Amino acid sequence: MKRLLIAGVVLAAAFAGSGPVWAEPVDDTLEIDGVPMVTRTKAPEGHPFDEVLSGWLFREAETRDVERDTIENPGMIAVEDGETLWNTVDGTQGKSCASCHNDAAETMKGVGASFPKWDADSGKPINIELQINKCRTEQMGAEALPFNKGGQQELTAYIKHQSLGMPVELDLSEGDMQSWWEKGKDVYYTRTGQLNLACASCHEVAMGKFIRADHLSQGQVNGFPTYRLKSGLTSLHQRFRGCIRDTRAEQPKAFSDDLMALETYVTWRGTGLSVETPSVRQ
Amino acid sequence: MRRMKFTLGAVTALALSTAAFASEVAPDAVDFTDDGVTMSLTGVAGDPVAGAETFKSRKLGNCLACHANSDMSGELFHGDVGPELDGVADRWDEPMLRAIVANSKQIFTDETIMPGFYSLEVGAHLNEDLVGKTILSAQQVEDVVAYLGTLKE
Ligand code: HEC
Ligand code: HEC
Ligand code: HEC
Repeated sequence: MKRLLIAGVVLAAAFAGSGPVWAEPVDDTLEIDGVPMVTRTKAPEGHPFDEVLSGWLFREAETRDVERDTIENPGMIAVEDGETLWNTVDGTQGKSCASCHNDAAETMKGVGASFPKWDADSGKPINIELQINKCRTEQMGAEALPFNKGGQQELTAYIKHQSLGMPVELDLSEGDMQSWWEKGKDVYYTRTGQLNLACASCHEVAMGKFIRADHLSQGQVNGFPTYRLKSGLTSLHQRFRGCIRDTRAEQPKAFSDDLMALETYVTWRGTGLSVETPSVRQ
Repeated sequence: MRRMKFTLGAVTALALSTAAFASEVAPDAVDFTDDGVTMSLTGVAGDPVAGAETFKSRKLGNCLACHANSDMSGELFHGDVGPELDGVADRWDEPMLRAIVANSKQIFTDETIMPGFYSLEVGAHLNEDLVGKTILSAQQVEDVVAYLGTLKE
């Protein structure tokens, strides 16, 4: 039965093509405080697309303008809060991040563009949030911050912002990064939930189309933590969990192996895009 | 076997006529033939007005998420992940529309993005509360199919 109805499918395709609302990502360029951002670049080898595109290109003109201007960008408040935390002493060792890492503008430059990276101690990829916790527990004698709490997003935003404009580039040759990349790819293409959709269903197959009011982007992660105009500062694993919840599936835990693998793989899918943290989205 | 269960169900449904508990075809017993799903899932005629509501509702069909539909031009935000549904009843007859809504993967390919609205073939890690449940009830599918039947050009 299944494949008998090719004629119907062809007809459907013809109608889809004549739809009125197909919208290309905009032809626009982004500069933040005079720093040019790469929002469109040639995809790395083995990528399903020819070009990787920042989510910025899929947003409305007003939203794009808010990101252009750091004074207007509400996400910059989080970056400032993160700077305060960077200099705040915590834990039994009487240290702050700055005690060891000094001026983040120098020591953290490029860090946000190259994470997740291999962490030999845990035998897993580590992201900025978990690195903060590693330094807190192992260096400062402080408690690990719970997901999205205690300034975790703000510190992460502050660290990533030090790489503003730098191209995302992972080193997959370290440790087992390659096998985590593979595992992340599996997660990306696995359909979940009652709606039976994978990340790829929306961000690859339907990329550029509208799902109700939302213009579907490639689902790139180069701007996280991101500031969403309707809901505020949003961390990456919060976004992953939200997209998975929308398929009517159980949400995996933040920093679980599945989501760390997914972060590794999806970050690679944005290779060459500039770090935009804190990006502005709808 | 499948077909027999189905026929029996339909007969019972007829006997009970419009009783609300008229036996429904279970989601895993729906008979997809080359002509689509030829028999009603409930034996109760679909209501196109209720079907239009189910179609629009974000909590139920949310069909507008993926399909533009000029008949609902008063509603904001029509998606375009799937084809426009203007005149869809000229392209597909009722049994085919029922099959597409119940489980479009039976009609298109396994790769289609369109969810199966009366199907237990779901994705991984299904939300616990939804185990064994379909997106729409059998009657809601009948109502939506009746509504789609009004979309002629
Ligand atoms: C007592 C010293 C010390 C303190 C305090 C400290 N760190 Fe670290 N940090 C390290 C060392 C050592 C490393 C490298 C080894 C490792 O990964 O643990 C590191 C690595 C890092 C890295 C990865 C850098 C890279 O190039 O890969 C980041 C990001 C980081 N720390 C952030 C922080 C933050 C944020 C704080 C405060 C919450 C902090 N650190 C507090 C010692 C410290
Ligand atoms: C049902 C459709 C759907 C599915 C399935 C889905 N997403 Fe999304 N996602 C969206 C929508 C809608 C948005 C907001 C518009 C946009 O940026 O594409 C979004 C946004 C995102 C963003 C933010 C992009 C940015 O520029 O800030 C990321 C990252 C993302 N998704 C990743 C994923 C991943 C990873 C998966 C699978 C685990 C996934 N999504 C599954 C619909 C979906
Ligand atoms: C997440 C996306 C999505 C949702 C939600 C969705 N559809 Fe679809 N639909 C599609 C796609 C995509 C196609 C085209 C078939 C294909 O390419 O796989 C399609 C095809 C169809 C067709 C055949 C149209 C034609 O002209 O050939 C009908 C009828 C249809 N859908 C009805 C519905 C109804 C009714 C609902 C809600 C109860 C619905 N769809 C919800 C994505 C969706």
